[in-house]
Amino acid sequence: MKLNRRGFFQVMAAGTATALASQPAQASDQAQASNPNSIGMLVDTTECIGCRKCEFACDMANNLTGQPVKAFEDMKVYDRERRMSENAFTVVNRYANPEDSNRPIYVKSQCMHCLKPGCTSACLVGALRVGDNGAVVYDAWKCLGCRYCMVACPFQVPMYEYDDPLTPRVRKCEFCHTRLEEGKLPACAEMCPPMALTFGSREELLKLAHKKIESNPDRYIDHVYGEKEVGGTSWLYLASREFEKTGFLKLGEGAVPSLTEPIQHAIFKLGLPPLALYGLLGAMMWTYRNGDEYIDPGESEETDPSA
Amino acid sequence: MHEPARAEPARKEFWTPGVYALIVLAGIAVVIAIYRFVYGLSAVTNLDQEYPWGIWIALDVATGVALAAGGFTTAAALTHIFHRHRYEVLVRPALLTAMLGYTFVALGLTVDLGRYYNMWHPLMPSMWQGNSVLFEVGMCVVIYLNVLYIEFLPIVCERFIGAVHLPGLLARFNQPVDSLLRFLDRTLSRVMFLFIIAGVVLSCMHQSSLGGLLLIAPYKMHPLWYTPILPFLFLLSAIAVGFPMVIFESLLASKSFGRKPEMHVLTPLARLVTLTLGIYMIAKIADLLIRDAYVYLFDGSFESWMFLAEMFFGGFLPMGMLLSDKVRFSPNLLLASTTLVVLGVAFNRINVFLVAYQPPYAQKAYFPSLGEIFFTVGMIAALMLVYRAAVTIFPILPPGHKPSSRVLIKQEG
Ligand code: SF4
Ligand code: SF4
Ligand code: SF4
Repeated sequence: MKLNRRGFFQVMAAGTATALASQPAQASDQAQASNPNSIGMLVDTTECIGCRKCEFACDMANNLTGQPVKAFEDMKVYDRERRMSENAFTVVNRYANPEDSNRPIYVKSQCMHCLKPGCTSACLVGALRVGDNGAVVYDAWKCLGCRYCMVACPFQVPMYEYDDPLTPRVRKCEFCHTRLEEGKLPACAEMCPPMALTFGSREELLKLAHKKIESNPDRYIDHVYGEKEVGGTSWLYLASREFEKTGFLKLGEGAVPSLTEPIQHAIFKLGLPPLALYGLLGAMMWTYRNGDEYIDPGESEETDPSA
Repeated sequence: MHEPARAEPARKEFWTPGVYALIVLAGIAVVIAIYRFVYGLSAVTNLDQEYPWGIWIALDVATGVALAAGGFTTAAALTHIFHRHRYEVLVRPALLTAMLGYTFVALGLTVDLGRYYNMWHPLMPSMWQGNSVLFEVGMCVVIYLNVLYIEFLPIVCERFIGAVHLPGLLARFNQPVDSLLRFLDRTLSRVMFLFIIAGVVLSCMHQSSLGGLLLIAPYKMHPLWYTPILPFLFLLSAIAVGFPMVIFESLLASKSFGRKPEMHVLTPLARLVTLTLGIYMIAKIADLLIRDAYVYLFDGSFESWMFLAEMFFGGFLPMGMLLSDKVRFSPNLLLASTTLVVLGVAFNRINVFLVAYQPPYAQKAYFPSLGEIFFTVGMIAALMLVYRAAVTIFPILPPGHKPSSRVLIKQEG
């Protein structure tokens, strides 16, 4: 897997050298990133106490399993690393803290709400889309269940209801967009007892994150995860330890659709390449109309009524 | 249609032991499909949250589309656009395969889609999502499927004009249906070239886009296969497999209907394969060199072995064979070498969609379940059954007693 990531940069280098320059994709990346309405969440993993209240709040807000709060007080779940599922849009995991073994590091994970998401770019019917505030939301009614969004997400977030034969849904955190419309906070942020989760405008949160790092350089490493990863994400993380050691993926700065979208645009927005090919083939058909030595000119343009 | 009709329905007993075997296999696939529709994908497949796509996508869809490429390479491009009319005997079988191939791709996809009843959504402009590669693939496949049906219509007309005998009460429609067929036949023969060119354009678009699908997962793909020119390689490999697939089928059909193989056209066509396959292989090797990805070739990993095997069995070996006159003139060796090319492209699609795809957090690697495997096998069996039925109903194959009818008739005339 490590080779993989390194390989990717080589590929990207080669990619930019190809005719399909990634210029348009970069331009639109920036347009997205500077959306002033873009909301965000800053997760300070050094503040998280691993209480799992966010998991409980999420479960309630999204009508997931409906388990009582007791079920979320079981700390034995930390013995092994868990992943999100179709019934859990957020999970907290525990990682060792080499500096203080009594204070392990807890990391909450959920959809990162990318600024330039793979999932929305992949979805062929727009069932997943980026809202005006930057939340990546899902409309089950449109969905075909093709699961291309799951292939496209660099964080492996969208989960699928494989057990449902009739109306399976893609499941993931939608940034509590219905609660936001009612003027409420996302459920997890509302319930979190310490100040581990800060909701706000992404721009402000970035400033806050850097200020925190500046004023507390011993407490934090100098890296805000999500600021640049895959073109930027709405969820941002602060940590005391390298992110790769606590379950985060090491990803580059290129947004995942930066190769596919320019190709699609070249084909669709202009429509020229297919038309040009059509014309070229038509011209060839005309040029070669006399064919090879086996052709009987009188016969070639006619339908044979016999048989 | 442009080609003069030199085909007739195959006269051969339909019910053979082989046909019964195919029916059993197809029946199993139907049972699996019913099971999936009642109990869900998880009851039948090994798909999970990390591996959302399995062999139903890699084989039934991606390989199915690639192997149906004989339709646009042989039937449309070679014969109608470049007017290489000596290959006309191969046009109808290739067209039939493409039509059935794409139909079965659509059927396979229906079983794989979670909300198959929403399949029409991409056709609604309100839901169009032009950024999506899958959108383009879907649209092209739908339109192309219709183009293929239109291209097939003249064969239906030819079979039934003057021979419409509807049973019982429907008999009174014999005349109108006959007139309709005659009208269709006349109109289509004038505009068919428009559809033929459109078919080639659509094929080039979706054959390449199929390779573009995985470009959206740059962080998950193994560098041996992940390249910005993946769409181009998919197009080249589809072109490369088009002729071999047609040769492969023609030889199988000759065997199964006890005819003399059409070597007088297959041998020159095999020569063209060395060109198309050669171009594909050169592109693939050049890509490895330019991206410096060859460093992964011999690192002893599972992926490196899969890549080497794909290149050797699907590329170098058949290429070496086809370069030899002996192979090209021998039905059995030609069958063996084209089988290798066909399997090689299937191997490539499996490699790209399943082996190269390495999602993070995967608990275990994906391996297809028995249900997935038997469904795929059953679909292939069903396709062969329909093919066999179609060639006994419609004039697809050349008349059996004159294997090289075209040339003979030419000389007689
Ligand atoms: S993390 Fe994945 S699911 Fe969430 S917005 Fe990004 S691409 Fe989409
Ligand atoms: S599974 Fe649904 S949401 Fe995901 S890409 Fe397909 S249609 Fe879109
Ligand atoms: S509620 Fe807050 S402190 Fe508790 S686990 Fe979740 S993020 Fe951490």
